[in-house]
Amino acid sequence: MKKKEWIAMILAGGQGSRLTLLTKKIAKPAVYFGGKYRIIDFVLSNCSNSGIDTVGVLTQYQPLVLNSYIGIGSPWDLDRKKGGVTLLPPYVNERGGEWYKGTANAIYQNINFVDEYDPDYVVVLSGDHIYKMDYSMMLDYHKEKSAEATIAVIEVPWEETCRFGIMNTGPDGRIEEFDEKPRNARSNLASMGIYIFNWNVLKKYLVEDEADPESSNDFGKNIIPKMLNSGIRLFAYPFDGYWKDVGTIESLWEANMDLLKEDNRLNLFDPKWKIYSVNAIRPPHFAGATADIKCSMVGEGCIIHGEVRNSVLFPGVYIGKDTKVVDTVVMPKVMIGENVVVERAIIGLESVINNGCRIGDSTSGSITLVGEYEQMPQGTVYI
Amino acid sequence: MLDYMGIINLNEREDNIKGLTGHRPLAAVPIAGRYRMIDFALSNLVNAGVQNISIFTQNKYRSLLDHLGTGKAWDLDRKNDGLFIMNPMYDYYNLGIYRGDIENFKCHMDYINFSKQNNVIITPSNMICNVDYQEAIKHHNETGADITIIYKKADNCTVDFQYCSTLEMDEYGRIERIDINFGKENGCNVSMDMYIMKKSLFLDIVNSCVSTGYCDYFREAVYKYLHKLKIFGYGFEGYLACINSTYSYYKTSMQLLDMDISRELFFKNGLIYTKVKDEPPTKYKENARIINSLVANGCTIDGLVENSILFRSVKIKKGAVVKDSIIMQNCSIEEESRVVNAILDKSVRVTKGKQIIGNTDNPEVIEKKTVI
Repeated sequence: MKKKEWIAMILAGGQGSRLTLLTKKIAKPAVYFGGKYRIIDFVLSNCSNSGIDTVGVLTQYQPLVLNSYIGIGSPWDLDRKKGGVTLLPPYVNERGGEWYKGTANAIYQNINFVDEYDPDYVVVLSGDHIYKMDYSMMLDYHKEKSAEATIAVIEVPWEETCRFGIMNTGPDGRIEEFDEKPRNARSNLASMGIYIFNWNVLKKYLVEDEADPESSNDFGKNIIPKMLNSGIRLFAYPFDGYWKDVGTIESLWEANMDLLKEDNRLNLFDPKWKIYSVNAIRPPHFAGATADIKCSMVGEGCIIHGEVRNSVLFPGVYIGKDTKVVDTVVMPKVMIGENVVVERAIIGLESVINNGCRIGDSTSGSITLVGEYEQMPQGTVYI
Repeated sequence: MLDYMGIINLNEREDNIKGLTGHRPLAAVPIAGRYRMIDFALSNLVNAGVQNISIFTQNKYRSLLDHLGTGKAWDLDRKNDGLFIMNPMYDYYNLGIYRGDIENFKCHMDYINFSKQNNVIITPSNMICNVDYQEAIKHHNETGADITIIYKKADNCTVDFQYCSTLEMDEYGRIERIDINFGKENGCNVSMDMYIMKKSLFLDIVNSCVSTGYCDYFREAVYKYLHKLKIFGYGFEGYLACINSTYSYYKTSMQLLDMDISRELFFKNGLIYTKVKDEPPTKYKENARIINSLVANGCTIDGLVENSILFRSVKIKKGAVVKDSIIMQNCSIEEESRVVNAILDKSVRVTKGKQIIGNTDNPEVIEKKTVI
């Protein structure tokens, strides 16, 4: 196999249990986002747009939808003769087999895959974050600093530092200390879960980490602290842009609503950095004579006869007359009948909300979630 | 597997739709917000299970080739068969004089010969419909016809389907007469220019036309064989539009705002496929007002849009008004401008405060990349 300068490994095996009903049958990276996409589209498109043509996707939890969605990778231009996208589920070998025990163990179990391409650098990415980033700039930075490992960091509000892995850096960007979810943080630079490693260095640490029975085989908890302790050149790459980990129903809803803001920093309309996805085969959306749509995003194939405010509609949604949909994320092929009010909600794939229902509450702080394939009988009130 | 190959014959009249076909063939004219005309012919064939499809082009095919690519969007990027594009061979033996589609078929005879299917479906690209060829083939086999022509019994022929062929049939459905519709009578059987026949017969017709020199056009040849062969009609029941003029283009587009028609056209016997552009969903802003319109992905709307079709990536700025119009990809309608009864080709910019007003029977066509 021809040598590659760099390849990417995407960790996509997480359950995302805090997304409750939405991740019952699919892994978190396959969750819908932004009126068209699945979350993993962002990282795959970033790879493709950054010029990475070899990508391993590590799957574990409920991989069926994710596997068929990614396929041979052609929507992201990753169907290549050499390289391209490869799905890497756990497997058995002559000593038996095991699940991926942690993020580091997942890469460890696929050392053979990486070695096939004999890369100088390996980019380790998480499949469940929403952001646009040019990894080639990060690689330039990595080379410029003669780093052995580089971690992308983003400034987070000081009061939220306790939720993140925080990097304390020196003036040249070298990481001096790493605090996992600190109570009193000394910096507000949080790790984004985006790493570039020199492969020979990472490989050595993965093997050592695997031999340590005490380790939980995790990048943040084990590999990075071990590298720091042994004086590896670790640098922080500052990222300034939109980045969101949509781990909960609230943050998923919020990230969708962010797209509707005037000053939204995640520009989906940039022709130079398109986010690719599997496109729905549907005609343009139709707004009827009684439709009234403002401050919203609407996907193809929707048919709208009611009022839509501050909402995100995925392809193939139907909204009947005299219905009001406000501050809501409506996933593909949802049918909403007449005289319905939906406020501050997420409606899952192919659910049917019959006439006269009332879903959600605008005064409530929380988000009402209707799962996938739900049937709401006429006149249901669900808050 | 279906023993049929598909031929999309782009020998189509463009003289009444010049505004939109100046730099592209009729088959590549954008339609319905995100499609090109040829998507309907291609998708109908693919949905019937035809896997070997060739497109016989005329000139100006650059935008068509760009649209088709490898045929992936129609699942025609196949190892065996798939999509073939047959451009005219100007310098073969004809010294650049174009003598009708028969000659184009003759030049590419090898491809037709070597294809392993024994039957052909020939279709144009300007008949907009969602037709089930499986049904037509069934009918073709039942009647034992040499050639089956698909037609539609229409009741508005004084206005629509101008210059289309019309068929007269006996009680068994055998075609006795072929005419041209000059709009004299309301009721007529419009030929959809879709032919089903054995490949060997198709080749015979082409060869004899070439050797005797008595017909340059395939349509003409069929007419000449009317009494020698068993030529039957198969009546198509669904929605049909023939786009051969600016007027019919505009009228058909506006008919798509009727959801019953749209639903049939885009879903009935299978989906209509097209090249994907990876545009984000359309964004409606604070001042958006939208009534009875079709809107493709990637648009940004902050003005009033009524009874209109917006293609991908159209921008409607604050205070702009678009009514009864068709706005193609990448157009930008800026602040306080008005567009009424118009067809804007791709990337037209209507600057602040300007107006384009056409009338219903004669919509204003604005050429690609014009700045107003």
